[in-house]
Amino acid sequence: MANLNDHMGRPIVAVTGIGVVTSLGVGKADNWAALTAGTSGIHPITRFPVDHLNTRISGTVDFLPSSSKGASLLTYDLAEIAAQEAVAEAGLDWGDFGGPLFLASPPVELDWSERFSLYNSDKHDVGAERLLRVARGLKGLDVFETTQFGSIADRLADRFGTRGLPITLSTACASGATSIQLGVEAIRRGECDRALSIGADGSATAEALIRFSLLSALSTHNDIPEKASKPFSRDRDGFVLAEGSGALVLESLEAALARGATVLGILRGCGEKADDFHRTRSKPDGSPAIAAVRAALTDAGLGEDEIDYVNAHGTSTPENDKMEHLSLSTVFGERIGSMPISSNKSMIGHTLSAAGAVEAAFSLMTMRESVIPPTINYDNPDPAIVLDVVPNQKRNAEVGTVLSNSFGFGGQNTCLVMAREPV
Amino acid sequence: MSRHDVVISGIGLVSSLGEGPDAHWRKLVQPGLEPVLEATRFSPYTVHPLPEIDWNLQIAKRGDQRQMETWQRLGTYAAGMALDDAGIKGNDELCTTMDMVVAAGGGERDEAVDADILASSESRNDRDVLLNEKLTTELRPTLFLAQLSNLLAGNISIVHKVTGSSRTFMGEEGAGVAAVETAAARIRSGQSTHILVGGAFQTEHSDMLLGYELAGYLHRGPWRPVWQRQGLDGGGVVTGSGGAFLVLEQREHAISRGRKIYAELGPVVSGRAIRRQGELDAEIAALLSQAALPNGELLAISGASGAHAATAAEKSALDANPAIAARGFSTLTGHMKEAQFPFAVALAALAVERKAAYPAFDPASEKPFNGIPTTVLATAIGYHQFEGMALVNAAD
Repeated sequence: MANLNDHMGRPIVAVTGIGVVTSLGVGKADNWAALTAGTSGIHPITRFPVDHLNTRISGTVDFLPSSSKGASLLTYDLAEIAAQEAVAEAGLDWGDFGGPLFLASPPVELDWSERFSLYNSDKHDVGAERLLRVARGLKGLDVFETTQFGSIADRLADRFGTRGLPITLSTACASGATSIQLGVEAIRRGECDRALSIGADGSATAEALIRFSLLSALSTHNDIPEKASKPFSRDRDGFVLAEGSGALVLESLEAALARGATVLGILRGCGEKADDFHRTRSKPDGSPAIAAVRAALTDAGLGEDEIDYVNAHGTSTPENDKMEHLSLSTVFGERIGSMPISSNKSMIGHTLSAAGAVEAAFSLMTMRESVIPPTINYDNPDPAIVLDVVPNQKRNAEVGTVLSNSFGFGGQNTCLVMAREPV
Repeated sequence: MSRHDVVISGIGLVSSLGEGPDAHWRKLVQPGLEPVLEATRFSPYTVHPLPEIDWNLQIAKRGDQRQMETWQRLGTYAAGMALDDAGIKGNDELCTTMDMVVAAGGGERDEAVDADILASSESRNDRDVLLNEKLTTELRPTLFLAQLSNLLAGNISIVHKVTGSSRTFMGEEGAGVAAVETAAARIRSGQSTHILVGGAFQTEHSDMLLGYELAGYLHRGPWRPVWQRQGLDGGGVVTGSGGAFLVLEQREHAISRGRKIYAELGPVVSGRAIRRQGELDAEIAALLSQAALPNGELLAISGASGAHAATAAEKSALDANPAIAARGFSTLTGHMKEAQFPFAVALAALAVERKAAYPAFDPASEKPFNGIPTTVLATAIGYHQFEGMALVNAAD
């Protein structure tokens, strides 16, 4: 009989379903094959014109029917497809999930295509007054719902029959990890036996790209798109904006075993710590990220020497990779030079609100498959960052525990610790 | 009473009525108080505007103020008031271990840039190129950060040094409900000892009105109290700028610090009626039943928005229970979206702490309450989706 409670007497949280969509494809099988082959999903932007733009590449998901229909519809579809894969794998009823929903998704705004279309459907007044005039006369709720922050989760709750008020959250680039953390906490508190945690982001619009560009956050290595995202390399120059989704079915180990579900992995610990230094930069001593990693280890009941692999935040910005190295080397000490640490973002780019969930999905698969996906484009190592980044080629390795990092604008730091076995 | 009870030990409030719990109490207990209205700037819509605020009182650095637009400043300001009120501001030990859940929408876009792009779109067919041309040259780089939902929490961390954890929930009134509900659950389970929770809404911006009006939710024409807008022009919602933050604390933690306790936060319940299937009436009834209302006369601080269908459903549910005397505070503050539920809980806490009820905000629709309120119900039935309620009890 397995132990059903963790080192703090809380219910152990198992993963019984995993779903993922990235620019590499739909579903775990296609994604895993591409990821372990070192394939990049980064490509020239075709969704909108790139005139006047400094960055003309991205990891957008262009192969769905909703890919050209605006951030809200695409984000919904990405979330639904990943959740469907996860719920099906868990062997649960597609329409009667029976637990709460935690959705990490991008903040919504009225799309420019809608703004243009509303504005040019009337000739009275100008600017915002005209938009409001037209809005008053609209029939139907389709446009309205794209502007409501709770609407995507509301539709998902309908679709999957989740229980209660769904929570939509944003912790910027840590959102996906936070959605998982909220699910873990709800199960540990005994509020539910299972939870559906989803991170989805289909918001790579021209305006989003321009906003990140104006903050000098994006790579401008446009010429060879698949080479642009190069975490931990000396010539890294920013992240690559991308889209995707990850979904996990979380379940108390007790409930999972009781219904004979296959346990795919264990969500052992979560840690977080806010940074008060700056809106986009981390405290120079890395103390908040360090505290988040340590909090996750403590929550998981694991020592520094018990983490086999780190799934890095690894955005490929000069700042992140330097700070992530500083925090990891502070926590793990000398051992850091020989621990495998790779960045999925070298291949799929930065999926923003989805990243923490997508990378948790890949972390779980890393343990299940005993294969570590590489950090590609590692041709020019940064001499200041001495890490085993699993350069360019996948590696076969037994991995029993993973630390997955997520750091975001606004001082957000969230870390997850996952394990293969519920020990 | 238990040491893991959730108590309210700090309140920060801003609305058209003024700032701070005391100012709100003094105004709201005046029978026949007139609302502060702005009826011309956004005509045909009326809004309840922000009062004059000296941001320096809570956001000391001009540099920090410049990094934000009004929405983030307002939230950061209200959060600072709550921290002050709870005796936490400036206390490093308490701030660095304090958790935070913020209910947020989005920040303000640059209206001038948007209007310029829209005007140019009338004579251009290559609108996507136009967009790139204008946005790359005219957007202020830092405006993006002033718009990001989680950067209200980010600014609270920077300005007030709250750094235990930082989470932002989105989704209109439901975000405020879930923020309070989750924060309370964390304290009850021993996961947290003190949490800052709340939100802000700055309605004096066309996009914030558009967010309602794309479904025709705004009331038009002369202002009326929140319960008296059925059948009139528009959709019934009159918005207001404001913010509400609460410090929720484990009872034992607050007592050990020797702090004043406003009230105990009892059950917080939430739901999602599928309204197009007619579930709203049953959902409201179910929430009232889950909240386990006490026997006898009950004061209810209602966050009703005025939206015709949701407000009618809430009114009929509250009217059906003769013991309930409701106070629809949107009559006096306007609807504050994500901040609506934290605001309702704050007003409920004030009433139990002051041992007195508010007079009817709308005497034609609300009945008197003559007793001493020891338990007060707070509600937020979303104008479009999501529902929540809480019971707020006297501290001892």
